[in-house]
Amino acid sequence: MSSRAVSAAPATPIGGAGGLSFKRPSTATAYRWELRKLISQKRTYLGLGLAVILPLIFVLVQNLHTHRGHEPGNIFASHITQSGLATPVLMLLFLSLFMLPLIAALVAGDIVAAEDGNGTLKTILTRSVDRGQVFAAKALAAMTYATIALFLSAVVATVAGVASWGFHDVVTFSGTVVSAPEGLLLVFAANAVYLIPLLSVAAIGVLLSTATRNSAAAVVGTVGLVILLYIISGIPGIEGIKPYLLTEQFENWHGLLRTPTDWTPIWHSAWVCALYAVPSLFAAYLVFLRRDVAGG
Amino acid sequence: MADAPPVRARGLVKRYKEVLAVDHIDLNVNVGDVYGFLGPNGAGKTTTLRMALGLIVPTEGTVELFGRDPLREGARALEGVAGFVEAPRFYPYLAARKNLELLAALDGDGAKERIDEVLEIVELTPRSGHRVGGFSHGMRQRLGIAAALLRRPRLLILDEPATGLDPAGMRDMRALIRRLANEGITVLLSSHQLPEVQELCDRVAIVDRGRVVYEGALADLRRQGGAGYRLRTTDDSRALELARSQRGIEHVIGTPHAPPGFVFQAEERDVGSLSLALAQAGIGILALTPELATLEDLFFRLTEGGGDAHDPATGESSDDDARSEGPLGAAASALAASAKALEETR
Repeated sequence: MSSRAVSAAPATPIGGAGGLSFKRPSTATAYRWELRKLISQKRTYLGLGLAVILPLIFVLVQNLHTHRGHEPGNIFASHITQSGLATPVLMLLFLSLFMLPLIAALVAGDIVAAEDGNGTLKTILTRSVDRGQVFAAKALAAMTYATIALFLSAVVATVAGVASWGFHDVVTFSGTVVSAPEGLLLVFAANAVYLIPLLSVAAIGVLLSTATRNSAAAVVGTVGLVILLYIISGIPGIEGIKPYLLTEQFENWHGLLRTPTDWTPIWHSAWVCALYAVPSLFAAYLVFLRRDVAGG
Repeated sequence: MADAPPVRARGLVKRYKEVLAVDHIDLNVNVGDVYGFLGPNGAGKTTTLRMALGLIVPTEGTVELFGRDPLREGARALEGVAGFVEAPRFYPYLAARKNLELLAALDGDGAKERIDEVLEIVELTPRSGHRVGGFSHGMRQRLGIAAALLRRPRLLILDEPATGLDPAGMRDMRALIRRLANEGITVLLSSHQLPEVQELCDRVAIVDRGRVVYEGALADLRRQGGAGYRLRTTDDSRALELARSQRGIEHVIGTPHAPPGFVFQAEERDVGSLSLALAQAGIGILALTPELATLEDLFFRLTEGGGDAHDPATGESSDDDARSEGPLGAAASALAASAKALEETR
């Protein structure tokens, strides 16, 4: 900044009038900018890259593998070459247990803590948006990212599967056959049902991100919690609480792929996941509202 | 609200477990002030500014900006307020312009239309398309000013704005602050740069160990500091000892941060007695010059010379009494405490 720059500045006042007619920007504006920040960061593409590459690797390996008729095991695995629509179902089976929660945790665990560490939280909290708006925008952005990663993976798996093995009728878990269009609808409905526990994972990630102020701790903590719940679910003698573990909800989308459709596990999943997500988000909100922003 | 002062803090306290970072600070920044906020590192300046901006929650006390409490009213209390605490921070993976677009979006009120203007003011237009991650400290500092100006502030809070700038940058930063002040913007300026404060500010608060040891007009403080003398001799250390033992010679302070010698206050006749005593002791006088106390002298008297009148033994404070006497009383009390401490040292 030279004196030339100062003297060359416009003669109109550059201050002094602000705040006379206050109109607060909307939460939607803050949300849009959270998405733009995500789009601008390399880390974002790490998770999305995994969501794209894993289905492609799966399809490639299956194309190279010699299939001999109906193979034993999962019904979709045994019909993989019969219809391309079996691929997204198999991918959801594999990725739902660990990989998709990890991808959701990558952004959710980072979304508040990274700003705290970089000192940019103080920058945005001294503008014209309230803390609650900033928090809502961040939580929504983390959940949007989890949603995009899930459906991106589903779309890639569907396209790659259909390109390899065609758009044909597909069997369900019950062994009945549904038409290809109906199968496609069921594939995306199954992903939508799986989204419910995935958003709960994201909510826990946001809570840990807000409370720990440390990205690594929040991401590892979220994934660690998922692993812990898997371990707990394997302990004999706790069958009574097993239906209420978050990890048990990761498979409740199976009900959609049965004939007739089994809605019971889906509704169960919805309210159990709400028990994890709502208190997590509410606690994170309270912490965010009252926290000291002393970093940076 | 219209005639509420830009900043009014009462009894601000911030405690971190055992550490008392801010100890019952009162601040009064009036419309049009260029208000200097001074203190050594760790005195509690930045913590106070963070509380003023609603970034941290006070343990006790209140702070209002134009009559609004940021804790209770959130972003609404920051209407017409802008600035930064510590170094301004931006998203390193975004270009400077993108950073300003983001902040303008969070400001509303047509801030986006001012981006070109503020980039021009801080002379960052040619670099506006570059990522902030590659910016120097000085460039980020300038971008911080630009981000603040987007809000067309009535109150500008700047924490060490000249830190990291080269001499030309410092000069231009001062020119900009002066210009903003001339436009009627109230400026609350935290700074270590005493010449900067002396040049820019009309009112100051000096904080030490979390407490305000002086608040008021800079001119009053300098007047209160009183006329004194600077003495250089052939043996300054012996001369200093001798001066301290002389009747009528007060506030004898070595000035490690200033030219050689030491400063003191005395009546003219006592200066004569001192010069005779020095001669008898075989100490030659190289220079004896009358001197009006500089801000630097006063700052060190208040913050190093026992200016904090808080008594750690009793936990009682004479500061409260001093504050009730007004700023001049506070300075006088602080200076008296300084003299008392020196007396005890003798």
